[in-house]
Amino acid sequence: MEPIMAIVVGLIYAAAIYMMLRRSIVKLVIGLMLISNAANLLIFTSAGMTRGAPPLIPEGAMLPDGAVADPLPQAVVLTAIVIAFGVLAFAVVLIHRAYNIIHTDNLDQMKDTDT
Amino acid sequence: MSPEVALPIIIPLMTGTLCLMAWRSNLVQRIFSLVGSSALLLAAIWLLTSVREEGHVVMHMGGWMAPYGIALVGDMLSAIMIVLTGMMAVAIAIFSLSSASSTHEKFGYYPLMHLLLAGVAGSFLTGDIFNLFVWFEVMLIASFALLILGGERAQMEGAVKYVTLNLLSSAIFLSAIGLLYGITGTLNFADIANKISTAEDTGMIDILAVMFMISFGIKAAAFPLFFWLPASYHTGPVAVSALFAGLLTKVGVYALYRIFTLIFTQSPEFTHELLIWISLATMVTGVLGAAAQYEFRRILSFHKVSQIGFLLLGLALYTPLAIIGGVFYTIHYIIVKTNLFLISGITHRLLGTYDLAKLGGIYKSRPFLSILFLISALSLAGIPPLSGFFAKFILIKAGVEQQAWFVTFVALLVGLLTLYSMIKIWAQVFWKKLPDEVDDTALSAGKTSGSLAVLYIPVIGLAACTVFIGLHGQPVYELAEQAAEQLLNPELYIEAVLGDTP
Repeated sequence: MEPIMAIVVGLIYAAAIYMMLRRSIVKLVIGLMLISNAANLLIFTSAGMTRGAPPLIPEGAMLPDGAVADPLPQAVVLTAIVIAFGVLAFAVVLIHRAYNIIHTDNLDQMKDTDT
Repeated sequence: MSPEVALPIIIPLMTGTLCLMAWRSNLVQRIFSLVGSSALLLAAIWLLTSVREEGHVVMHMGGWMAPYGIALVGDMLSAIMIVLTGMMAVAIAIFSLSSASSTHEKFGYYPLMHLLLAGVAGSFLTGDIFNLFVWFEVMLIASFALLILGGERAQMEGAVKYVTLNLLSSAIFLSAIGLLYGITGTLNFADIANKISTAEDTGMIDILAVMFMISFGIKAAAFPLFFWLPASYHTGPVAVSALFAGLLTKVGVYALYRIFTLIFTQSPEFTHELLIWISLATMVTGVLGAAAQYEFRRILSFHKVSQIGFLLLGLALYTPLAIIGGVFYTIHYIIVKTNLFLISGITHRLLGTYDLAKLGGIYKSRPFLSILFLISALSLAGIPPLSGFFAKFILIKAGVEQQAWFVTFVALLVGLLTLYSMIKIWAQVFWKKLPDEVDDTALSAGKTSGSLAVLYIPVIGLAACTVFIGLHGQPVYELAEQAAEQLLNPELYIEAVLGDTP
């Protein structure tokens, strides 16, 4: 499972960076969306994947029964997804406002504040 | 239980919430904001005194002991940063009374400002790397919204760059956290430091170190990742620029100090050597960028980049004296830089522009303001007896002791170029005659009106701070010394967080 996941994560990163290097701000936001998802999958994969073993402790016992999946990366990923969602909502509103004000979605024409 | 560690986070969060509840009344929000910032400063001083007496102050959130729960840890570096946060909060809160326009206030200026402060304070105090990420995001989302208050074209363009680069940095940070968790199986700083020293070194640790360096380097605006900063910082309302200038990049610097003294200390000949080159390049490009600019706040933004190089140099040289210098420089720099931005706000109020060509004649009609600027500017350039002189002196002495002649030479050269830029502002804004076509009614009005006097209060206070640190630097030096001692002995931190359990 891990090698497949590694390839998938790498592909998503590549796609994200490709999208971020395009000129359109909409594609920029799509790139940001993809890169945060790639990071989430990476956490999930690098923490080690255990199939079909929920981290539940049987009644009366102090320790789980045998090897179980690590719940912490799942909690981390969940938090990261929520944060990424909030930030992306902001980014989408921002590019909408920016488009309304600047009348272009071309990043090459947003250079007034550079040197 | 040590509530003083949690208070600097809780107070701004509560203040922000209260401001939200008073959404309709600007007056009530202002009062809450003033009271909340003052309370934050008091809580920060409480934290500083208890850290000074006890060393590390640790609080385990929800009673879950580290490394399982999230710990809040106050050491000397965090305490110093929190006190500075409190000082800046008070200064900006007072300045905002007069500088924030009522439309900004209606769109949630005060709640966002306090949310930002909560994020900054949380980043300084947390002892958990994922929690650090969360505080970063709290801080970022507040700063995004603050930056675009007003919704002008320049702000939108600046914000697109600012948001993109910071989200990219967050994604790299998150990926690095994931890989680090894969190696160590923990998220607690102290526990990571313990486990990573025993982990098998496959080269992965150096890669992780560089990933963290890139991520925090973007946030700290280090070379070559600083381009978003001069493109965006000068676009927001001036009080927001000042707040960002004082605190936001410093969070990135703080994170670098924390990570590279606690966790990635295995191969300083690689990581810290790399940091030396980054810091030198940051200093030089920043100051050269400033020399080419003719807009007040843009010059200051480029100087911010250049000064970040000095802060990183302290960490990169990695000797006790250098770290003391780095911490001392941070203290001096936050105060002075915020003050310069505030002064640019006052001149904008007087003449309605930030363009150097259209400014002038302020020394003639406002000599007191000019002296205040001169104090801060000369302090930034490192002229004795102001705080900047001692900050630079300690760093350069550390460089000489290390016999790092090239580093010392570059640092001195950058000091000289900083002086050049500051003199440029002085000559253009304060000394030269006001261009004829400029409307000078506000300037020549003679008497200082009430709302203008409010703007002066924080500027005078911060200028007094830099003079005080210059003339009486010993107590500040002692604090920096204690911070450096704690940073260079990470076992103290580990023991304080994890207790006796291995």
